[in-house]
Amino acid sequence: MLGSTYSLIAIAFTLLMGILNMLNFAIGEVFMLGAIFGLTFVHLGLSFYLALPLAMICTGASCLVIERFSFRPLRKAPPLVPLLSTIGFSILFQNITVNLWGSERSQFPPWMEPINISVGPVLFSLTQGVILALSILLMIALDLFIQRTRIGRGMRAVAESLETASILGVDFNVIILMTFFVSGALAGASGILFGLSFSIVSPFMGMEPGIKGIAAMIVGGMGNVRGAIVGGMFIGIIEVLSVGYLGSAARDFAVYGLLFLALLLRPQGILGVIQPEKERI
Amino acid sequence: MKEPPLLALNRVSKTFGGLLAVNDLSLEVSKGYIYGLIGPNGAGKTTVFNLITGVYPCSSGSIHLKDVELTTLKSYRIARLGISRTFQTIRLFPNMTTWEHVLIGQNFLSRPRLGGILPLQRAEEFTLREQAEETLKVLGLWEMKERRAVTLPYGSQRKVEIARALAARPKLLLLDEPTAGMNARETEDVLNALAKIHDFGVTILVIEHDMRVVMGLCDHIFVLNFGQKIAEGTPSEIRKNEEVLEAYLGQEE
Amino acid sequence: MSSYQLDLLSNLGINILLALSVYCPMATGQLSIGNAGFMAIGAYVSAILTVHLHLPLFPSLVIGGIIAGILGVIVGFPALRLRGIFLAMATLGFGEIVRNFFMNFLTSLTGGAYGFRGIGNIPISISWIWGWVAFFLLFFFFLSRSRVGLAMMATHDDETVSELIGVHIVLLKVSAFGVGAFIAGVAGGLYAHYYLYIEPEFFNVWESIHMVLYVIMGGMLTFWGGVLGAGIFTLLPEFLRFLHDWRGAFFGIAIIGLMIARPSGLITREMLRVSFWTPYRKGAKP
Repeated sequence: MLGSTYSLIAIAFTLLMGILNMLNFAIGEVFMLGAIFGLTFVHLGLSFYLALPLAMICTGASCLVIERFSFRPLRKAPPLVPLLSTIGFSILFQNITVNLWGSERSQFPPWMEPINISVGPVLFSLTQGVILALSILLMIALDLFIQRTRIGRGMRAVAESLETASILGVDFNVIILMTFFVSGALAGASGILFGLSFSIVSPFMGMEPGIKGIAAMIVGGMGNVRGAIVGGMFIGIIEVLSVGYLGSAARDFAVYGLLFLALLLRPQGILGVIQPEKERI
Repeated sequence: MKEPPLLALNRVSKTFGGLLAVNDLSLEVSKGYIYGLIGPNGAGKTTVFNLITGVYPCSSGSIHLKDVELTTLKSYRIARLGISRTFQTIRLFPNMTTWEHVLIGQNFLSRPRLGGILPLQRAEEFTLREQAEETLKVLGLWEMKERRAVTLPYGSQRKVEIARALAARPKLLLLDEPTAGMNARETEDVLNALAKIHDFGVTILVIEHDMRVVMGLCDHIFVLNFGQKIAEGTPSEIRKNEEVLEAYLGQEE
Repeated sequence: MSSYQLDLLSNLGINILLALSVYCPMATGQLSIGNAGFMAIGAYVSAILTVHLHLPLFPSLVIGGIIAGILGVIVGFPALRLRGIFLAMATLGFGEIVRNFFMNFLTSLTGGAYGFRGIGNIPISISWIWGWVAFFLLFFFFLSRSRVGLAMMATHDDETVSELIGVHIVLLKVSAFGVGAFIAGVAGGLYAHYYLYIEPEFFNVWESIHMVLYVIMGGMLTFWGGVLGAGIFTLLPEFLRFLHDWRGAFFGIAIIGLMIARPSGLITREMLRVSFWTPYRKGAKP
């Protein structure tokens, strides 16, 4: 459950990382914006099923803003620079939201009957079930998008090699914009789903999931959508298990401890593709 | 008469994954001469340099500097034993001046107290700086000492790289294609510098593609192809060697 | 001087120390987003020493710093294997682990998540803070003009080549990490004894990120950059009062803009060309 949210965010991170070699720190805030937009639309009277895609479009658009200022002008700079720029966006988005929305926590109105289903030993509500299903649907949709469509193939080509892709006539400006948009849309979707399942919507909700999303990306293997899914699930499971067995105090301990160990022992992650740089002379 | 050679590679091999980059290579370098290492592209010449300087470990075989085995040492120890090098593509420090490059080249020679933070050994430091000044003057770089090295013209940058390598007065200097990308005047400039360096008693091993440079400069030449030594000898011997000609002609498609 | 202004100056001093603690490993090419963790270690250890063991302030601060430094060295070794974003994430993880540690362990001594109250009765005088600031500024001043400083610059610029010219990379990088951790630890101890109250929540990721921002914005190639950055981030909000709650947005935009306009920060090495020549030339002029 939690894992699927992390997976979605991790995918958002890993898309940018794998295809464009950029770490967008602001994804955590984009996640938050998704929930905020979603809740706003719901308050305005839209049905949930409309609010979700609409919010995704909005967050996708906000990611395009990030592209315009953190990526495009900084193409030639060392990778640290765009990262810092996105930290700036992170601060900006959070501040704007606090000012326009207020800093109290809020939640989505209940949108489904509180029916409980049991599958084996596990008990969960219909709401959670639908959310899980939606997450999985999104992931499958993304996977198909990347494997089957022309743009998706273009993305994979650019991920492999920018030069080869341009020789093959791939219009990489479109690819770049699409990558940012999709990344933003996914993060936003993840935000709404998270807000729904955990009944939290606040300007600060994106901070922790953002970092855990990065952790999930690394643990699962950077630059690799399947890796992000695996990583997200892994971190989600670890978090739930550690709360169950060690008490909620140990929760973050376990997650960050795992990240630390992973980086020490296997920095390329479980399904890793990108190696921590090795020098060639 | 049996003085160990300055540098000896004994049946050295290196594999990368499935690729055999250096194959059972043995060669000896004696003090005071200039050696050339030539061969078609991809023959493994830079890999040999990387093996000598400890960038990669050997898959098998051994490398010795006089009687000290280098094969298991880390790069900085090998450098401190007296082997310096330059690189195929010039690698200068983007934020340092020419003068600073020479200073850092000789850094390990200084034995500072308190970690070198307080300037305590004036006499020793003074000697080192005189040596640095001499290095720059010999290579004709003195006027540019305060300029950031990467802003200099290409030929001068290469000389800065050489100056950095010479700063600690190494026993053996490995030069990887020092005249690559240079016009005739720059090439001659570098060659003159090398001749002066040779007069200092530094042993030199050069990788070069420019045949006139190799033939004119070197006392002894090693020819590599596919990671193996296919010939060695004086320039005139090599010039007439069948296998060598074949290896190069084969490249000329 | 009003107590508000005193607080401001103390914050400035502590922030300068924190900036220096990030600058030290960064000067060898290592980005650490976890120094809040070392700060926490210094803060808690020194507080425990003064409150429970009744040690005087100076040794407590130093011991706090040393323990932070030791952990810095311990983290520094595996850090050698990681570069760039991987190293940043590992340090981030470490910082969070430390924060969680103090939330859940030693709680009888430290009050855990509820915070450590009553670290002494009187805040230390501001000269304690600025004394340490002066010390470390002097330290970095001499370091930047020394051969060790030169070796750090080389390691930062091109590690592989540096090792090939005889620089002991491992020693340099791990030491830089440890010294940075020490400085953060001392800063933590000073913070604890000035504000008389600490809780784990203070030493979170955003604190670490702020410290990094001081250095990045001010200029990453010289230690003065961090000082300037700390100054700007601490004092500028005072002049921007009219922006009220929009100060965050202002900083966000400032960061974005600065990265586009001047990515290596405000102060470059060129501006403060350190001359390696001057003190040693006897007789004739260059």
